[in-house]
Amino acid sequence: MANVFSRIGDWVNERAPNLAPTYRKHMTEYFAPKNFNLWYYFGSLALLVLVNQIVTGIFLTMNYKTSALEAFNSVEYIMRDVEWGWLIRYMHSTGASLFFVVVFLHMFRGIMYGSFKRPRELVWILGMLIFLVLMAEAFMGYVLPWGNMSFWGAKVIISLFGTIPYIGGSLVEWIMGDFLPADATLNRFFALHVIALPLVLLLLVVLHLAALHEVGSNNPDGVDVKHGPKGNKWNPEKPIDAIPFHPYYTVKDLVGVGFFLTIAAFIIFFAPTFGGWFLEHDNFTPANNLVTPSHIKPSWYFTPFYAILRMIPSFFGTAIWGVIGMFGAILLLALLPWIDKGEVRSVRYRGLGFRIALGVLVFSFLALGLVGAGVTAEVIPEWFPGADVTTWENAFGRLMVLGYFGFFVFVWVYTRFGFEKTKPVPERVTMHD
Amino acid sequence: MANEVVDHGRRRFLTVTTAVVGGAGVVAAVVPFIKSWEPSARAKAAGAPVTVDISAIEAGQKVTFAWRSLPVFVVNRTKDQLAQLKGLEPRLLDPMSSDSAQQPKYATNETRSIKPEWLVVIGLCTHLGCVPDFVPDIKPEPFDANWKGGFYCPCHKSRYDLSGRVFSGVPAPKNLPVPPYHFIDDTHIQIGVDPKEAG
Repeated sequence: MANVFSRIGDWVNERAPNLAPTYRKHMTEYFAPKNFNLWYYFGSLALLVLVNQIVTGIFLTMNYKTSALEAFNSVEYIMRDVEWGWLIRYMHSTGASLFFVVVFLHMFRGIMYGSFKRPRELVWILGMLIFLVLMAEAFMGYVLPWGNMSFWGAKVIISLFGTIPYIGGSLVEWIMGDFLPADATLNRFFALHVIALPLVLLLLVVLHLAALHEVGSNNPDGVDVKHGPKGNKWNPEKPIDAIPFHPYYTVKDLVGVGFFLTIAAFIIFFAPTFGGWFLEHDNFTPANNLVTPSHIKPSWYFTPFYAILRMIPSFFGTAIWGVIGMFGAILLLALLPWIDKGEVRSVRYRGLGFRIALGVLVFSFLALGLVGAGVTAEVIPEWFPGADVTTWENAFGRLMVLGYFGFFVFVWVYTRFGFEKTKPVPERVTMHD
Repeated sequence: MANEVVDHGRRRFLTVTTAVVGGAGVVAAVVPFIKSWEPSARAKAAGAPVTVDISAIEAGQKVTFAWRSLPVFVVNRTKDQLAQLKGLEPRLLDPMSSDSAQQPKYATNETRSIKPEWLVVIGLCTHLGCVPDFVPDIKPEPFDANWKGGFYCPCHKSRYDLSGRVFSGVPAPKNLPVPPYHFIDDTHIQIGVDPKEAG
């Protein structure tokens, strides 16, 4: 039997001699720093969720009907009548939210340990492109059930393009294929959601990994293991502080997968709507173009950006400033390798100012999330009876907008003009067992 | 025999012309795909004018009609409500309706309407297109202690008065648009057609 396999192997090898070296390059002979900690689980988890989304998505398309008349009912049909349909849909909807959880944590890891810095700028840029495509993918997927929140979410997001001077109006009609979100909109979003964007996403993920494996992984110490001493027990040429990705990190990642799937299963079985955060209550009524839900809010993962949009008022007769602010928030993240000029990568050895700024960034991002989700509007009247909600919400929200953008301004000034007092960076990673 | 000497000028000319012709072909081929996203003939046909009966709308009441699948608010304003429109000017962004794109000429007046009591506006917030709520009562509201009646958008908290004029300091940049409309008789209006087109 073994003989048959080795002969098949030889047969393939003769015709595609590069396959085996490619596998070795990315797995058994991809040497990663040996000091990865908990924060390094989220890349592989993102890949796991991507596979989940593709597999469950394929099965959902088998029963979903792409039509404004039938979409809502077909989703209910999947939930009630299709065998195990509820599980497949909840795996898909929960997967979408958890995708953003792991991606946000993955991005935070990158900022915290300076993984975006030279020579990994390309890895970071490709990652930000993945984030953008992921947001488009999530938005269009959210429209497909054609509930009332789907409809109004689509309306609001597409109208963002209407704020562009001169061409805005016709651009909006072009995107919708009608004068408001309609059957044409639903059909094109379906096409983009199930085929066009996933193809782009997969390509970007491959490029993200290829770019990473070219330069090698960063680590919690931000030390370049490639420039350290050579010779580990597998290969005399490779860094002493690195271990083969397979089997060491594949096995480590499996532990993360186990934890992650436990949490995911709990949500899928016991709290699939997650109290209205993962699936919003207003989306359990069919789309109605004449009635806006009383509290329009996007899915939780868009709320920080949505809050930036809401907090910036219109000037000079146009509402484009909020839109610029919202997209600028993402663009600034993408430009971080050129904004943060600090030489030291890891937060472990960076100046106090950076640590505080990073805390402010995280705090304002989360606070903006609460503002965008309408939590502050509910809480202010409870905590401060008689207070003017709009005034206080705007004051708090705008302060948080300043906090978010302030991070980028501060970090640039702090590192560009040499205010940062870093600690000495060790020669080698600090874990030697 | 192969030509030993490479004619670089000729090669560059061929490369450029091939690229230009090929590029033009690609651009031409892309046009149908881009155009396919525009509203279809069916979608455009659905944008025909509609005639609505307003006889049942009582004073102070708002009824929403669909025109081009857009919600059109028709409000029968009371004398009291009309009186409140004066004096709001300092709090409004464009009290004189100077933006001519937001209403036809015949509605460029203080009440933004043909007949003072009848307001006809497209009920979509000029910020991002939500449907504002009709909050007609003159009493303090959580979002405005000095509320004189009007429209309040639940999405991003934009406010409009009872003529659809936007308040300053809210996300919405413009007054609610007035669609083309005209009175067929005292109880019927046609939305989508100007008075002069109707003859």
